Amino acid sequence: MTTPGVDDAVRERRPVAERRLHPVTPLRRAWAPVAVLIGWAVHDPDQAQRHLTRLTTTTLLLALAVLVPAAALYGFLTWWFTHFAVTDSELRIRTGLVFRRTAHIRLERIQAIDITQPLLARVAGVSKLKLDVIGTDKKDELAFLGADEARALRAELLARAAGFAPETAHEVGEAPSRQLLRVPPGVLAVSLVLTGATWGTLAAAVVVPTVLWLATESVWTVLASAVPLLGAAGASSVGRFVAEYDWTVGESPDGLRLDHGLLDRAHETVPPGRVQTVRIVEPLLWRRRGWVRVELDVAGSSNSVLLPVAPREIAESVVARVLPGATVPPRASLSRPPRRAGRCMPVWWRGYGLSVTDAVFAARTGLFRRSLSLVPHAKVQSVRLAQGPWERLWGVADVHLDTGANKTVTARLRDAEEAAELLRGQAERSRTGRKDARPDRWMA
Amino acid sequence: METGSPENTGTAGDDQAAAEPGWTGLPPGLLHMRRLLLVVWLGLLAVGLGLLLGLLAGPGWAAFALLPLGLIAWGWVMLGRNWRSWRYAERADDLLISRGVLWREETVVPYGRMQLVEVTSGPVERHFGLASVQLHTAAAATDATIPGLDPAEAERLRDRLTELGEARSAGL
Repeated sequence: MTTPGVDDAVRERRPVAERRLHPVTPLRRAWAPVAVLIGWAVHDPDQAQRHLTRLTTTTLLLALAVLVPAAALYGFLTWWFTHFAVTDSELRIRTGLVFRRTAHIRLERIQAIDITQPLLARVAGVSKLKLDVIGTDKKDELAFLGADEARALRAELLARAAGFAPETAHEVGEAPSRQLLRVPPGVLAVSLVLTGATWGTLAAAVVVPTVLWLATESVWTVLASAVPLLGAAGASSVGRFVAEYDWTVGESPDGLRLDHGLLDRAHETVPPGRVQTVRIVEPLLWRRRGWVRVELDVAGSSNSVLLPVAPREIAESVVARVLPGATVPPRASLSRPPRRAGRCMPVWWRGYGLSVTDAVFAARTGLFRRSLSLVPHAKVQSVRLAQGPWERLWGVADVHLDTGANKTVTARLRDAEEAAELLRGQAERSRTGRKDARPDRWMA
Repeated sequence: METGSPENTGTAGDDQAAAEPGWTGLPPGLLHMRRLLLVVWLGLLAVGLGLLLGLLAGPGWAAFALLPLGLIAWGWVMLGRNWRSWRYAERADDLLISRGVLWREETVVPYGRMQLVEVTSGPVERHFGLASVQLHTAAAATDATIPGLDPAEAERLRDRLTELGEARSAGL
C-alpha cells in the first residue's frame, strides 16, 4: 500500500516548501555568556572585584563592541541555516553552520509530540516543538516557533501521521479535545506533602549540614553540602509542584493531551496505541485517601507521568482510555505467589501479585509503596522465564516481560509450573494481541 | 501477515508442535573450543605457578599448582553441563531459547518482533568454525543469543528468521 506512494514521492522530487524558525530564536542562548560571567564572579569574588576596578570604560566598550556583534552574528547564522519542512511522509530538519545535519523523521514513527513553553518563551509568545522518535537519545526539537504556528504544525504532523491525505492534512486542523480531568492545586500540594521523598530530602537538607557544622565548624563544608541538598529538596517538592501545577488530561482523536506547568507550560500529545506500559503507583500515605499516581512508558520518550495524583476510580477510567479494551484488574483478582515464596523473599513476597486479563498482563510489586504495572499483550517484545538455584529449591520462578520502551515488567516468584504456563500462554497472547492491534496510522 | 503454521508442519499437528517444541541442541564444536581454552589457560597457569613456587619457595609449595588443575577438572564438567543446557526451538510463531544449569533462563521471541538478526564470529570462533546468532528486538533487555552454531546453520537460521520476521512483522 505505502510502497508505491513512497516510490512516487522519490521519483517526482517535488520541491518541498522549507520554513525557518521564529526570528526570536537567536536570542535563545543570549543568557549563556552572562551566566558564565556571573558564575565566575560568584566563584571568585575577590578577584572579580579587582578585575572590575581595573576595567576602564574604553576596554569595556571595546569588548562589548567585539562580543555583541560576534554573538549576534553566530545566533543569526544558526537561525538562518536552520530549515524545516513537512513532506507527505516525513519531517525534515536541516541545521548546522559548520557541521551540517539533516534529519528525516518518518511521521508514522512519531511516538509523541510535545509543545513546551519555558517562562521567557511564554513572554515572547513562542514555543518549542519536541518530537519523540524511537532510537534517538536526544529529542528532535524545533525551537522556537510562534505559538500559533507550533499548534498548527503539531496538528498537521498529527493529521499526516494519522493517515489523512496530504492535501487535506492542512485543513484538518487541530483535533477537538475533551477535558477528562484537572488536578486541583490543593490536592497536588497535599499529595506532595504526603510523599515520603519530600520529607526525606528535607530532613537530609537540615540534618546533614547541622551535623557537619558541629563536626567541622567550617562554613564552606556546610554550604557545599547544604546547597545541593536544599536543591534536591526543592526539586522534589516545590519543583514538582511547579511542573505538575494545573495538570489537565484531555482526550482527542489524536490521542491523549497532557497540559501542565505553572511557569513553564508543557502540552504533550501521546497518539493512540503508543503506550507500552502503564504503572499505577500508590504511596503508603496516599492509601487512606484512595489516591494514586499514574505513570506511563512510551518508546523513545522521557515523559512518564500521566496523572500526578487522582482518586483511584478516576485514574482507572483514564487508564482504560490509554489502553483500549483494558480494565485495571481489581485488587482482589491479583493472585499472590505461593506461601513458600517467603523463603526467597521474606515479608516482601506479600507485595507481589499477578493478574492476566484478555488485554493486559498486570504485575504488582512493593509492600508499602504499591506499584501495579500493566502491559498490553500486543506490546510485549519478548518473554523470559528465569529461575535461580534457590528459587528452584522452593519451586518458584520469575517471568520477565520486555517491552519496547526498554522497561521490563516482572512477575516475581510464581509457582514454577504456573510460570512455565505463563511463558507459553504469554507468547500466544501477545501474538493474537498484535493481530487486533491498531495500525500505526490510526485514522487509516 | 497470516500467523498460521509454516508450510512444513500441518495445521493439525500445530497444537502438538506448540506443546512439544522440537528442541535443537548446540553442535559439539562450542564445547570443544571452550574446553580447549580452559585447559590451555589453566594449564599454563598451573605450569607457571608450579615452576615459580618450586624454584622460589621450595618444592612443597609447588603443590599449590594442583589448584588450577582441580579447577580444570571442575570447569570441564561445568562446561559440559552448561553446553548441554543450551537448546533452541523454532516454533510456528516464535523462537524459543533455553539455557543455564543453576540459573535457568528461557526466552521466547515472537518472529514479528525481531528488528534485526545478527551473525557474529570472532577470530577464535572462526578458527573453530563457529558463529553466533543474536536477535534484537525493540527492547534492549531481550537477550536472545545462540552461540556456537555451525556457520552454515547460523546463516540458515538468520535467513529463516529474517524471512519469518518480515512475514509476521508488526509495529511497536
